[in-house]
Amino acid sequence: MVSIQNLHKKFGKNQVLSGLDLEIGEGGIFAVLGPNGSGKTTLIKCLLGMVIPNKGNINVLGENVKNGSAYRHKIDYLPQIANFPNNLKVKELIKMIKDLRGNTTLDQELISLFKLEPFLDKKLGNLSGGTKQKVNLVLTFMFDSPLVILDEPTSGLDPISLLRLKKLIQAEKAKGKTILITSHIMSFVEEISDEIVFLLEGQIYFKGTISELKSKTNQPDFEHAIASILTDNHA
Amino acid sequence: MLKILKYSFYDLMRSRWSYVYFAFYLLLGVVLLFLNNDLSKAVITLMNVIIVLVPLIGTIFGVMYYYNSKEFTELLLAQPLKRSSIFLGQYLGVAISLSMSLILGLGIPFIFYGLFKSSAIWDFSLLLITGTFLTFIFTALAFNIALSNENKIKGFGYAILLWLFLAIIYDGIFLMTLILFEDYPLDKLSLIGTMLNPIDLSRTLILLKLDISALLGYTGAIFKQFFGTNFGLIISISMLSVWVIMPVLRIVFKAKRKDF
Repeated sequence: MVSIQNLHKKFGKNQVLSGLDLEIGEGGIFAVLGPNGSGKTTLIKCLLGMVIPNKGNINVLGENVKNGSAYRHKIDYLPQIANFPNNLKVKELIKMIKDLRGNTTLDQELISLFKLEPFLDKKLGNLSGGTKQKVNLVLTFMFDSPLVILDEPTSGLDPISLLRLKKLIQAEKAKGKTILITSHIMSFVEEISDEIVFLLEGQIYFKGTISELKSKTNQPDFEHAIASILTDNHA
Repeated sequence: MLKILKYSFYDLMRSRWSYVYFAFYLLLGVVLLFLNNDLSKAVITLMNVIIVLVPLIGTIFGVMYYYNSKEFTELLLAQPLKRSSIFLGQYLGVAISLSMSLILGLGIPFIFYGLFKSSAIWDFSLLLITGTFLTFIFTALAFNIALSNENKIKGFGYAILLWLFLAIIYDGIFLMTLILFEDYPLDKLSLIGTMLNPIDLSRTLILLKLDISALLGYTGAIFKQFFGTNFGLIISISMLSVWVIMPVLRIVFKAKRKDF
């Protein structure tokens, strides 16, 4: 699905990714974890072609990221901070993205799932953070692409919407999709992900299931396992 | 690209500033016609305003639009769209909507005053054409500055400096060189100097078309010889086109290599 070799990225003097290799197979939920500034978002943005790597090779579904933009038809991306053009209405934004990417009928389903009907005629600038995030989720999931990338999907969501989101992610996984998630909410990651990828200082520190991580670090639960990695490496 | 252009254009047409800009030109046109009571005189006064104001508005709008639509740009970048079409679409959206405000805002009062029956129609059209060129040039320059500067304040600062330089300081330096080297033949130098600044170029072009070059004395005669002819007109228009194309090419080049 995704194959990355020897990825390097520097922002000025700040080396964010240094020789990262990663293979992600088909199907399943993968959580990308790591401390702040470990390069999670940079990694995702490299996949999307928003950040241009200094060195290295990225293939998404057999296509090299450097060769044009058509491969992004197969990726659904949820950006970290939901900021939209403020004087557009929700309805217009959805229509616009459809116009740009191709038609879909899934949006109606998603709008009713997140109970967004009352907001359709409101301007995006007047929505609360959580509602914006729901709009963001609708935009992401309405295209039914084989690769889904979610950057902090839980931010700003209320408990009911969070439950709906979890269900939605599971349903997408059941369709055989590959889902890449970054999150700082450990309980969410533990509940939902099949495998985790732990980034540290611009490289993959660990890749495997949660139980493998627990046995590797000799810790009884997931949160402590993560914490032990961080203290071992920063002590 | 056309889709992005469409959305940027609609977005701007809906924003208050396009109307303010449009209303300003409408008012300016009406007031000038009312005060001058003569089409060709109004065109001359208008030139002085346009030459300074259009570049300023183009610069400010371009920088402002780029920074304000950052989120929109990021949303688009994750879609299957080419980078060059995203940025060219946005640039054309801004430039076209600004040009439309200019052309409609000035055109409407002049048409009602009887422009089509007047001999000033060619001068007026030339004024609008150079105004449109200046809008395209300075919006492109503004996009260049904004693309190269992440920091908004810095971007605005450089943009204003650029305008200040081309609209005012350049003339000062130009004049100083002419005075310093007055013992030498300067006609070629001053021609080239004029060509290298789009604002000066537009001003000279309009002034000479308006047939008031007698005011410019000896230099005016040389300029008239050059700019007054069709050859001069073609060279000037192509020079203005180069001023549009170069920054646009740099937008495409810069956009391909930028991280978001």
